[in-house]
Amino acid sequence: MALPQPKTDTLAARLSGLDLPGDSGCLKVAREDALARLQATGLPARRDEYWKYTRPETLTAPEVVPAALLSDRDTPVFDDIDRVRVVFVDGVFDAEASDDLTLAGVTIERLADVDARDIHWAKDLYGVLETRGQTPVSRPLAALNTAFATDGLVIHATGKAARPVAFEYLHRNETSDAHLHHVIKVDSGADVTVLEDGPAAARFNKVMEVDVASGGTFHHVRAQGRDHERRAATHIFARLGEGSVFKTFTLTMNGVLTRNDCVVELTGDNAVAHVAGACVGDGDFHHDDTVFITHDAVACESRQVFKKVLRNGATGVFQGKILVKQGAQKTDGYQISQSLLLDDDSQFLAKPELEIYADDVACSHGSTSGAIDEEGLFYLRSRGVPESEATDLMTLAFLAEAIEEIEDQALADDILERLQAWMARRRRD
Amino acid sequence: MLEIKNLHVKLEEEDKVILKGVDLTVEAGKVHAIMGPNGSGKSTLSYVLSGRDGYEVTEGSATLGGEDILDMEPEERAAAGLFLAFQYPVEIPGVGNMTFLRTAVNAQRKARGEEELSAADFLKVVREKAKALEIDANMLKRPVNVGFSGGEKKRNEILQMAMLEPKMCILDETDSGLDVDAMKLVADGVNALRDEGRGFLVITHYQRLLDHIKPDVVHILSDGRIIKTGGPELALEVENNGYAGLKAEVA
Ligand SMILES: Nc1ncnc2c1ncn2[C@@H]1O[C@H](COP(=O)(O)OP(=O)(O)O)[C@@H](O)[C@H]1O
Ligand SMILES: [Mg+2]
Repeated sequence: MALPQPKTDTLAARLSGLDLPGDSGCLKVAREDALARLQATGLPARRDEYWKYTRPETLTAPEVVPAALLSDRDTPVFDDIDRVRVVFVDGVFDAEASDDLTLAGVTIERLADVDARDIHWAKDLYGVLETRGQTPVSRPLAALNTAFATDGLVIHATGKAARPVAFEYLHRNETSDAHLHHVIKVDSGADVTVLEDGPAAARFNKVMEVDVASGGTFHHVRAQGRDHERRAATHIFARLGEGSVFKTFTLTMNGVLTRNDCVVELTGDNAVAHVAGACVGDGDFHHDDTVFITHDAVACESRQVFKKVLRNGATGVFQGKILVKQGAQKTDGYQISQSLLLDDDSQFLAKPELEIYADDVACSHGSTSGAIDEEGLFYLRSRGVPESEATDLMTLAFLAEAIEEIEDQALADDILERLQAWMARRRRD
Repeated sequence: MLEIKNLHVKLEEEDKVILKGVDLTVEAGKVHAIMGPNGSGKSTLSYVLSGRDGYEVTEGSATLGGEDILDMEPEERAAAGLFLAFQYPVEIPGVGNMTFLRTAVNAQRKARGEEELSAADFLKVVREKAKALEIDANMLKRPVNVGFSGGEKKRNEILQMAMLEPKMCILDETDSGLDVDAMKLVADGVNALRDEGRGFLVITHYQRLLDHIKPDVVHILSDGRIIKTGGPELALEVENNGYAGLKAEVA
């Protein structure tokens, strides 16, 4: 079917400045296939149902809207964690700034190096989970990424990783337009934690494909960087084997536009997927969490926990779906999305969805939007806690359920510390 | 200590007048009790004194140690030494009871220009005071008042009072919902705080609390006015004749 003219035009404009990498080796076919997928769907447009609450124009336009660099840079969020640091500057791997990539239990390679080879296991994963994630809803920005991303990491966990692998995304160029594509394969019984931190670029398009074999464990904690004018469209595609565990948490503070898609397929029995996020936005802030979890095996558990604090006209979006396929009996699916609106100008748009084709399942979802509890606030103040501090305490309490999804206490503490700092900065002004 | 003069209060949102000229002075070292039927304005008085939104003072004044408190923020009143034990303590999910207590104690110390308590010192004091009120470690860890029984909530109020060591304590129906044992615990907690420099205003619907916390003065509040003031014997009179009898007698 031919694309409508506006979509054809938008795509042509976007592709005009992009060329498939000429020296592509084992990923060449995957890139060509991705380009074909993209040409079939076109880029997201405002009228698309899946982009009802988030305007995609600045994510699909050929030109990048410049994003000022944050003046008061933080130290890396996970600085106190013993980790393997992998640094990307505006989406380009910086070997100099990075640690040595040798890590017991894990093989870490650069995507560009993998692509230069004729044969590599990553060929069977690169773009594969992304392709699976294109149905029933198309995700054209992910296909664009698969076609054109030249940097990223290819990680193979064969045992228990000695340390977490931490990506640090530095933003130094006000007009950078970065594509990163990571491929992560977790073998049976292996266990790895991936951390991400930083704004990455003025415009950041990132895909992470995670394949967790039976009994494997994957943890992911990310903080998206405080640069106010940055824009990001990120996708996580995960496939979970029998008895495997996949847990991801995202902290988003600031950012004029963020769209985080997380697509999880539970394909082996007794697998567990937790997808959580906390975001705090002040003013020109639009944050969209779009989650799609497919239960295609027996007795799997999935949890989605999303909390948003919005003030001064900030907007939060949540589109979360649980699809339980026929035969996925004993599914335990939970989803909660809540927003705390600190004023009348801010808004939260939520679209929770359940689609169930099995009869023996327990699925629940809830979505709420509310102001700070005045009774609680007065109670705290009556005990001598100043209003601003009391508000922060209540706000952190609101976010607690999401932060508790982070299993590792040291990582959770790092996240909490950043949230407290974000609030303290606002208490000052 | 606490001086209330001709206090008139109406609801902010409606034209409903609740307090119609209350005069009351609680001296340091004394326990005053306010008794009155439901709806007479007892909680309103305690809320207005502690600075809750929704009420408008149309006339009169209230001072604490000579300082006008009605224009202060609730946290400023607390720092000035006012404490209200709520009739209905508020549940705050997500905020640990211990964090709450420590934040409150340190906020008040800071407001008064004192140094914050170290975590270790704080813990030591809390444990000691909690023990006297039979509040266990679990209750200290749980979110503020969430899932607490009625009695636990009231004991938690007294623990906060003990930690904050206010100059002027207002207790709003702290006896309601308590069985005899819990009431004794609460009363012991209050009595332990009785001190030359501290004033108490004990609001209650029933006389029984006053068997345990012996008041110096008893006031009867009815329809927004103090209709009678007397000694402890007045509480017994209410117990025997009810509020109706008293109202008839005054009218
Ligand atoms: N915030 C409020 N909104 C509406 N009515 C109120 C409010 N506060 C008090 N009232 C009314 O004022 C009167 C006095 O209430 P209250 O002070 O709670 O009495 P008491 O504590 O003596 O039972 C009651 O009629 C009550 O319904
Ligand atoms: Mg009352």
